[in-house]
Amino acid sequence: MDFGPYLFLATLEGAVGAAVLALTAVGLSLVFGVMRVVNVAHGEFFMLGAVLAWWVATTVGGHPALGFGVALLVAPVLVAGIAAAVDMTVLKRIEYDPERTIVATIGLLYILQQVTLMTYGPDARPVEPPFNARLALPWVEWAEGGLRMYWPWGLSTTSYKLAVIGAAVVVLLGVWALMARTRIGLLMRATQLDREMALAFGIPVERIYALVFGLGAGLAALGAVLVVPIQQAHYLMGADPLLLSFIVVIIGGLGSLPGTVLAAVLIGLSDGIISVFFSPTLAKILATLLVALVLVFRPRGLFGAQAV
Amino acid sequence: MAAVSLLETRGLSKHFAGLRAVEGVDFTLPEGEVRALIGPNGAGKTTFVGMLCGRIAPSSGTVAFEGRDISHLPAHRRIGLGMAYTFQITSIFARLPVLENVALAARRRLKGAAVTRASLAALERVGLADRADQIAGDLSYGHQRLLEIAMGLVQAPRLLILDEPTQGLADSEIADFKALVRGLVVETTVLLIEHNMNVVMETADRITVLNFGEVLAEGTPAEIRANGAVQAAYLGTG
Amino acid sequence: MSDLRKSLVLHGGVLVLLFGLQFVLPAYHHGVVARVMVMASYAIGYNVLFGYTGLLSLGHAMFFAAGMYGMGLTVGVLGTAPALAFGVVAGALLAAVVGALALRTAGVAFMIVTLMFAQAGYLTILYFGTYTRGDEGFVIPQAQRVLGAVDLSDPANRYFAALALFALCLMVSLRLVHTSFGRVLIAIRENEERARMLGYNVFARKWAAVVISGTLSAAAGAFYGLLFGYAGASFAGVQYSIFPLLWVLLGGAGTVLGPLVGTLFMFYLIDLSSGVTSAYMLIAGVALVLLTLFAQQGLMGEVRARVWRWLP
Repeated sequence: MDFGPYLFLATLEGAVGAAVLALTAVGLSLVFGVMRVVNVAHGEFFMLGAVLAWWVATTVGGHPALGFGVALLVAPVLVAGIAAAVDMTVLKRIEYDPERTIVATIGLLYILQQVTLMTYGPDARPVEPPFNARLALPWVEWAEGGLRMYWPWGLSTTSYKLAVIGAAVVVLLGVWALMARTRIGLLMRATQLDREMALAFGIPVERIYALVFGLGAGLAALGAVLVVPIQQAHYLMGADPLLLSFIVVIIGGLGSLPGTVLAAVLIGLSDGIISVFFSPTLAKILATLLVALVLVFRPRGLFGAQAV
Repeated sequence: MAAVSLLETRGLSKHFAGLRAVEGVDFTLPEGEVRALIGPNGAGKTTFVGMLCGRIAPSSGTVAFEGRDISHLPAHRRIGLGMAYTFQITSIFARLPVLENVALAARRRLKGAAVTRASLAALERVGLADRADQIAGDLSYGHQRLLEIAMGLVQAPRLLILDEPTQGLADSEIADFKALVRGLVVETTVLLIEHNMNVVMETADRITVLNFGEVLAEGTPAEIRANGAVQAAYLGTG
Repeated sequence: MSDLRKSLVLHGGVLVLLFGLQFVLPAYHHGVVARVMVMASYAIGYNVLFGYTGLLSLGHAMFFAAGMYGMGLTVGVLGTAPALAFGVVAGALLAAVVGALALRTAGVAFMIVTLMFAQAGYLTILYFGTYTRGDEGFVIPQAQRVLGAVDLSDPANRYFAALALFALCLMVSLRLVHTSFGRVLIAIRENEERARMLGYNVFARKWAAVVISGTLSAAAGAFYGLLFGYAGASFAGVQYSIFPLLWVLLGGAGTVLGPLVGTLFMFYLIDLSSGVTSAYMLIAGVALVLLTLFAQQGLMGEVRARVWRWLP
């Protein structure tokens, strides 16, 4: 393949990654924005979403679309429920102290991961995509003085991958509408601005926190359900989404939703493109160093306005 | 000017997002004086003092200590030159013993047994010697304020800045405090930010009045009491 | 007895006990305790920063690994003793650089910055797999594990070397809390702004604490590689940054003996559970959650609060 079509393919692959990353990172960002805590177990909620999707899809059986459809609804809700329960039993009791929350969610990370290992096992298992038509893609080139369209060999994607991008856009618009247009979103924003004031106005802050923590985890799980037909479910799969979400949330400005989405697209795309051309390890080294240095020298993120 | 004053500011200003918290303050504090800094709430007292001891960076202007420009020194270096600062909101090491609180302040200039000796002496002066082994956080609020003053005294500072030291003290404690401050005159210069007019009038040699970030008046307690502009500023804010 | 004397008797007693144990322990536990002493030295290093200065790092594995790889990659060229020193110096230098950068942040940002630096370090070890052999790691040949005339692969010598390292770290830690430097670190932990306004250069002291902490951690890493003859990338991973946090929390942050108690306790807890499940990190996870919920002070912290008020 020539360079042009190759780059186009890499961009498409990157866009799928960016879509899933945006969902996961927005979940993390929401929790940080409203509750001012960092959830280190966020990647495990992602993993749990994928594993539960496999479990639901296998249990339901029948046509792949049926199993996947049920999983798409059930897995995120289950994960959100687990997260809300963790919030009420653990985080509430340590009063959302930022440092203790990190230690507790590290513990939670290992609990979720190891319980999955003990029950689901060490194997990676796929979920069949609901539809998977192969779509060849055209490319244009200069030939004998004019533009000519052709179909390079190997330049193709699947209908499912395009659907993932579409679904992510729809969900993100939904989150935005929830935050900006509904009463519950208003309560969340009020809690985010001033917790004490919100309490004084009779906003049920504790329930808002449980809801936000559940919603954040649910978004990660949703991203995982979407990705599991492309990338198999495995008990250690939470590490990369966690790291990438961290990077996105920090670069995008902690707690800023538009910044997070923008950074997710940028990083998801560049991750996809860079890892096609360079060693993924080198790319990750540079990305982690970048995050550390952004936090050191520009703690408000590259796009955000909120301080840490 | 004949002698070099202990502390001097020229055109000291601080603007927060367009708001002029402190504007062009020229302030001179000679050695050996007890100076009170007063003004209505929001007059810029805390911001001004924050710029003196380096907690807040000024927008413009200079601060000089013993004739030396310290505008660009970080807070800990200024303290090292002989300023001591007590916080407006009680700030002590609440989980450490009372004696260790004072000893931490003393160790910057003393070593070995002298630390404990000086610390106990400072506690004696504020009347807390018998509580040296208690955990500082267990002290009553008034006693915590006194502990802060002891932490200031033990540094044997050239300039002691007391930010609202009598806030929350009982009347009997305030009487003791006034005597304590008057007793300091021979050894140090005091800058006292204070709301309690009774304390100000009885302890200060001179008074500087800030209003809307600017110096409104300066003079002896009697002069300030008679100053029409000061009365208006205070009456105006209730 | 004065508090200082009580503390010297207690800590000296612990060292004597550890010395005596080697003659009575069965071979298996002899090996476990040697390992625990090296890891407890690592935890002591961590405790200097977390327990005494109040800075929670999530990236200490980079210092441990700097010592381990600094020693392991040079031992074939330099010889044992210089390689050991090289590992420690490498850790100290890394700590100096990382500290200078990371200390520009505080709280949660400090935790994430240290985590990211450590992750970059881990990935760097993988990236240079030609030399480091990545995850698989490499064995340090027995011929290179001889310090002077002492063969450190021999269990008795190994135990003794581990004890020597641990005793050194314990004494550094015990000495630290009695110096005015150590007391200022505690003051910074308790109330940083007040410490600054007493005239202490808070940044310089925190930086020194990072360097001391990183150096002790690197020494533990270098010794571990030498005594057990192996260096691997997993020692640079997130897990090995979490372990010292767990050990110190369990044993009691800000206590001199806490790191040893926590490490010993956790090693045997995992050892006992290995008969039941291979998912031993589950125990670590549950312990972390329970500790944050119910026992912030850890075991020795509880002892100090209830029995021995003088415990340093």
